[in-house]
Amino acid sequence: MANDFIRSLPQHERELHGRWLHAIHIDPVMLLLLSMVIGFGLVVLYSAVNRSEVLFQAQLVRIGLAFVALVIAAQLPPQIYMRWAPFVYLFGVFLLIMVLLFGVTVKGSQRWLDIPGIIRFQPSELMKIAAPMAVAWYFHGRPLPPSFKDVCVALAIVAVPAGAIIAQPDLGTGILVAGAGLAVVVLAGLPWRWMFYAALAFAAAAPGLWYTLQDYQRQRILTLFDPESDPLGAGWNIMQSTTAIGSGGVLGKGLLQGTQSHLDFLPEARTDFIIAVVGEELGLLGVLLLLVLYVLVIGRGLFMAASAQSTFGRLLSGALILTFFVYVFVNIAMVSGLLPVVGVPLPLVSYGGTSAITLMASFGILMAIRSHKAW
Amino acid sequence: MVGLSIKDPIREQQMFGSRTVVLFLGVLLLVGLLALRFVQLQVWEHETYVTRSDQNRIQVQPLAPPRGLIFDRHGELLADNRVTSNLTLVTERIDNLASTIERLGRLVSVTPADISDFETRLRRKRRPLEPVALRQALSEEEIAVLAVNRHRFRGVEITSEQIRNYPYGSLLAHAIGSVRRVTEEDLQRLDEVTYSATKFVGRRGVEKYYERSLHGDVGYQQVETDAHGRIRQVLDIQRPVAGQNISLHLDSRLQIAASAALGERRGSVVALDPRSGGVLAMVSNPGYDPNLFISGMSTEQFSELSHAVYKPLFNRAVNGQYAPGSTFKPIVGLAGIVEEVVTWDETVEDRGYFKLPGQQRIFRDWSWTRNNAGGQGTVDLRRAIYRSSNVFFYDLATRMPVERLVDFSAQFGFGEATSIDVADASRGLLPDPVWKRGYKGEIWYPGDSVNMSIGQGDMLVTPLQMATVAATIANRGRLVRPRMLLSSDAPLPEADPPPPWPEVVGPSADDWENMVDAMEDVIHRGNQGFRGNGTAWAYIGRDIAYRMAGKSGTAQVVEIPQGEEYNEEELAEFQRKHAWFIAFAPADKPLIALSVLVENGGGGSSVAAPVAREVMDAYLLPQLALR
Repeated sequence: MANDFIRSLPQHERELHGRWLHAIHIDPVMLLLLSMVIGFGLVVLYSAVNRSEVLFQAQLVRIGLAFVALVIAAQLPPQIYMRWAPFVYLFGVFLLIMVLLFGVTVKGSQRWLDIPGIIRFQPSELMKIAAPMAVAWYFHGRPLPPSFKDVCVALAIVAVPAGAIIAQPDLGTGILVAGAGLAVVVLAGLPWRWMFYAALAFAAAAPGLWYTLQDYQRQRILTLFDPESDPLGAGWNIMQSTTAIGSGGVLGKGLLQGTQSHLDFLPEARTDFIIAVVGEELGLLGVLLLLVLYVLVIGRGLFMAASAQSTFGRLLSGALILTFFVYVFVNIAMVSGLLPVVGVPLPLVSYGGTSAITLMASFGILMAIRSHKAW
Repeated sequence: MVGLSIKDPIREQQMFGSRTVVLFLGVLLLVGLLALRFVQLQVWEHETYVTRSDQNRIQVQPLAPPRGLIFDRHGELLADNRVTSNLTLVTERIDNLASTIERLGRLVSVTPADISDFETRLRRKRRPLEPVALRQALSEEEIAVLAVNRHRFRGVEITSEQIRNYPYGSLLAHAIGSVRRVTEEDLQRLDEVTYSATKFVGRRGVEKYYERSLHGDVGYQQVETDAHGRIRQVLDIQRPVAGQNISLHLDSRLQIAASAALGERRGSVVALDPRSGGVLAMVSNPGYDPNLFISGMSTEQFSELSHAVYKPLFNRAVNGQYAPGSTFKPIVGLAGIVEEVVTWDETVEDRGYFKLPGQQRIFRDWSWTRNNAGGQGTVDLRRAIYRSSNVFFYDLATRMPVERLVDFSAQFGFGEATSIDVADASRGLLPDPVWKRGYKGEIWYPGDSVNMSIGQGDMLVTPLQMATVAATIANRGRLVRPRMLLSSDAPLPEADPPPPWPEVVGPSADDWENMVDAMEDVIHRGNQGFRGNGTAWAYIGRDIAYRMAGKSGTAQVVEIPQGEEYNEEELAEFQRKHAWFIAFAPADKPLIALSVLVENGGGGSSVAAPVAREVMDAYLLPQLALR
């Protein structure tokens, strides 16, 4: 019965929303929610780039490209994704190894692959989709809940790229890739009991892990507990972002009126720390509005995942939407001083192209899985 | 077990559905946590962060007042302020300091000394993001080169500041003193609020003595700054009050003449207006360029200056202490008259040497020769002055207790700093038996009195003191305290003068005139044959257009062993005698009194007197021509 009910939903919606959107495999509800988030983001970004038309137009172009990516990704039938999943994954791992060997170092991290005159990109972005896709592919033909052996294989599939990314070092992206992969394992039915044991094991191993961190990463964790201990170094970012948010109050200082962001006190105001601009200029109400929009996107995404027809479709959809949530949570928690500073942008709002395009492509995949029958 | 290994799509979908619900609840929980955190920051702790945000952007900056200007008596500018540009670095914003400095060094000159001074400044306590100077006093070309390349350097700025400027350079260095950059040591001593923006503080001379008036009052501005400390807008301003402008008695033209008269020789010229005590000229040679202390002198340059063998930083005019030699004789003579141990008519036979009763030691006259020939013949007090007879004064010293001589001399300011506003003036030394017992642990021998009668022994005077003595004789006993300050726009807090110095008591009006006559003879008595002329006549008296009274002095630096003739050629430079000359003119109505000292110069009449004549001419001839 439940099965029938779920299967009947697309039919129902097809009548509500025009045929043409469905014809190009676009989910109108999700499209509307994403547009609202992006629209909100552009308003804040206009202030964060200090009314710079050059920067603002550049971002508009990127957003346009991201929508194109979404539409293209939605056209491919899920079978294609599944067929290509292992190859895309292996190609991604290959690229990550190339990065470690020949990558371009920017700000002390080797993240970029540069083919002079042609392209320059971060292969780790690709892994945010390729890793969960590979795990979903692996589980697709196997009985669920997974056996211990299958869980181990899945973890290995996740650990290889995540490890390579953390070695760059890029802890933020590494956590996102690992999170996406682990989300698949959890969605596949990993017993809660095991997760509990894993958490215990992690807690026990934490002191050991401490020594594997880079000095600056350790500093960031220490700073979290006492930002004033190093007000001009690692603590500066957090002190300035909490000051920006806190001084905004309930209603905010008004768009373009933020002193923290416009007087350069707030670092990375238009990229990773843009939620602090929201907090300072639009206040608590602005922040809550954005959080509600995000929750709606995630809710709709999880609903789309639950209504998918294949194991691969369900697992991949669920993993992509949970990755999106991890993005949101890690970024906002970091800027508001709840988590150490790691380089994670605020999805669909922060200035920059790579992450927006990857994210919109993943929403395209979500829509493809939903709209193609039997998948 | 077999059943578990077979895929069960229905069960799978149900399990996935329930997991989705659980995860969505987890999402809501975590988003709720985020929302709570924002409520905490934006509602509960809102006030704290508003304050912090305002503290971030609003700063109260002190504004340094422009330092008061210094003029000479004719309105000539002696010290003013000008704007200079410095190359500064905000080290917090520079990733690789060494490479930035190296790259800057290709554009403008950055010496290793600049870098080591920069590192010294870097170690001092300062505000975060405060610029630290790498190079000071940039030229116009250097500013242009840096401005063009500015985009290539992060954290590199050109800042400007007001600095002190001395247009006359070394000419007036010792007369008006100089300022120096405020050091940490200064900050402990100075008022924290008043000096919060001040970069320079008076270090020597007038600049030091009138620091309070010249400094002015600090101002404030409330500004909104960005994270780099750059001012975006001024919210409120309270302007600083400029320091007082002051005019000095100094006559820069006379100072130039005095400096030229002294030439390359080490020594000092101090000229006073005897009526007011105003210091007309104060030369100490060698000097130094005070601008070097301001626009940045390397550590090397400073150590070269401070360790130079001729001590250019040493102000000989007020801190140089020397035996007065024969310039002390007029005082001894007047003491003898006042104590009634000699009269103007009494004579003594001067054979060129003197022995105390019952002693073998010989005290020599300057005209003594090895076979005990020489001497000035029959001398009275007047002749003893213009011929500078030692024997007369040796004999005079034995006739009165040394305490009487000391008490009388003290009235001329010996052993005291009589000036009103000359910073850090030395007091010299007027020895007496009490001092000698306490300081040297010895009793006062009759020979000490004999030595003192010709200004030798332990007695020490400064050129400023001797100029004051000249002025006191010129005023016939009225000592007017020397002063630098002529006038100011408003009364100065420092200008609360000490009580007037009491007039010299003892000599009658006739005694003063007799002594002045004797001192005129030093210069004007000529064509009187062998041992009949004033000691300075041959050098300055032949063609002089006005009446000058003076006294030469030749102060011994090393004691000449008994029985040996003094041979100037054989003595090393620093062992040669110091040449003194004190004088005033016109003798009957003096307008100027001065002292000249030439260190290791030799004879007072031959070396110091011509300097005095040149200075007098420069001052008096234009004034006399006007009449």
